[in-house]
Amino acid sequence: MKLPPNTHRFIEEAGAITAFTSRFFREAFRPRYEWNAFLNQCYIIGYKSLPLVGLTGFIMGLVLTMQLRPSLIDYGVESELPAMVGIAIIREIGPVITALIFAGKIGSSIGAELGSMKVTEQIDAMEVSGTNPFKYLVVTRVLATTLMLPILVLLGDAISLYGAYLGVNIKSTTSFHLYFTQVFDNLSFGDVVPAFVKSYFFGFAVGIIGCFKGFNSSKGTEGVGKSANSAVVVGSLLVFILDLIAVQVTDLLGLN
Amino acid sequence: MNGNENKEVVLLIRNLYKSFGSNKVLNGFNLALKKGENLAVLGKSGSGKSVLIKCIIGLLYPDEGEITVLGQSIQSLNQDELDHLRVKIGFLFQSNALYDSMTVRENLEFPLRRHWMEVNNTKAHELVMEALENVGLADTVNKMPAELSGGMRKRIALARTLILQPEIILYDEPTTGLDPITSKEISELMNHLQKKYNTSSIIISHDMNCIQRTSDRMILLIDGVAYKEGSFDELKGSDDPVIQPYFE
Ligand SMILES: Nc1ncnc2c1ncn2[C@@H]1O[C@H](COP(=O)(O)OP(=O)(O)O)[C@@H](O)[C@H]1O
Ligand SMILES: [Mg+2]
Repeated sequence: MKLPPNTHRFIEEAGAITAFTSRFFREAFRPRYEWNAFLNQCYIIGYKSLPLVGLTGFIMGLVLTMQLRPSLIDYGVESELPAMVGIAIIREIGPVITALIFAGKIGSSIGAELGSMKVTEQIDAMEVSGTNPFKYLVVTRVLATTLMLPILVLLGDAISLYGAYLGVNIKSTTSFHLYFTQVFDNLSFGDVVPAFVKSYFFGFAVGIIGCFKGFNSSKGTEGVGKSANSAVVVGSLLVFILDLIAVQVTDLLGLN
Repeated sequence: MNGNENKEVVLLIRNLYKSFGSNKVLNGFNLALKKGENLAVLGKSGSGKSVLIKCIIGLLYPDEGEITVLGQSIQSLNQDELDHLRVKIGFLFQSNALYDSMTVRENLEFPLRRHWMEVNNTKAHELVMEALENVGLADTVNKMPAELSGGMRKRIALARTLILQPEIILYDEPTTGLDPITSKEISELMNHLQKKYNTSSIIISHDMNCIQRTSDRMILLIDGVAYKEGSFDELKGSDDPVIQPYFE
């Protein structure tokens, strides 16, 4: 059987990522635990991406509201605008946009940072200094991205809903209280929880891909650039694939 | 040779093989380093010099052969034992490997804090300052590595390598990429510190000036084996057409 070109490389890469992921689970739950490095990463990762996540969330909320209004007027359900926007943001726009921004900002910086540490032998230097670089660099970063992304999604959702509130108020007036009652009355368990749960998977994917690309960077500065670049490409793609899986799973579980 | 003949062997490599896929890098390499000796390993770029010393410190795992460091066989150690042994082996990386997200102080503290967890702040400060004074750069303690010149980074890396006072030091091309004057300074610093702490060392290089200044004995690594060993002058005077090009 003849396989299409690059299939071989794709399968090899997928295998290597799987092996890297299983090494993560083996190393993460065994001492020594790198608490300080982990907390430091949480701070850096959360802090670095917050302004960008906030800004994009705000714009998405505002724009989405303005785009939806004409259709809702056509159907004579303009009063449902807050409910519609709320559901769109919480279920899909918030987690996915935040994860994509996160992949662009954090995935690339992890890929570049670990890549340059690899090519300048800093990872080897850590290893000969009594430190397991996988635990110190990879485990801390992946745990930090996994835990920080859901928090960023929550903050992003809140800012986005505020943007949407302003959007609603451009053409009509609604009190802040009424708006939020309308948004939250229409949200159910099945809207909130799956969206929150999938954010953990998005965060994990961005972290593990960034670390994998950096850790396996090839020699030279060109290798570092490639690592950063493919960390973003593969990370973002994985976010969409996980989103697709998440919607199927929630559907099967009857949570939709 | 300066009286090293009867001293104990601190590092012994016997019949070392290492290949990457079909690329056979080391093909039965042998080496014995005596206490207090400075042994240079000369080889072309890509001949496997870095692979050789990375096998010694356990960063690479040999396919076959035996490496005994300070009486312990590297391949038989578990992770903890290997970490303990590594305290006694210093490694100066070719690219310095200074952590660029950390200050000079944090760079030097890293091996201290990671190896011996009980070192307190006063003691750490003293050791850092002593190590920096040894290389004449005490005033850079709060700088970032990116702010330093190439020669200064090499000195800081040397200070970090020496901070645990290792018994054996492995130098990976310590002068490559430096200008001739800085190279000379680094070579002299290596000699000075070698005398001060009475270390044994392996110096990987293709810089003849550095080898001549720092080594007591040299080994020529060709095609993965120790092709020839002897003093600098012996090898330089050799009429073997394989050896001569290295001294031109
Ligand atoms: N981790 C590795 N994986 C695959 N090949 C390697 C690795 N490290 C070194 N090599 C190969 O081994 C050979 C010797 O490399 P090296 O020891 O770095 O040379 P040098 O003598 O210049 O230090 C080179 O052909 C290099 O490509
Ligand atoms: Mg080398």
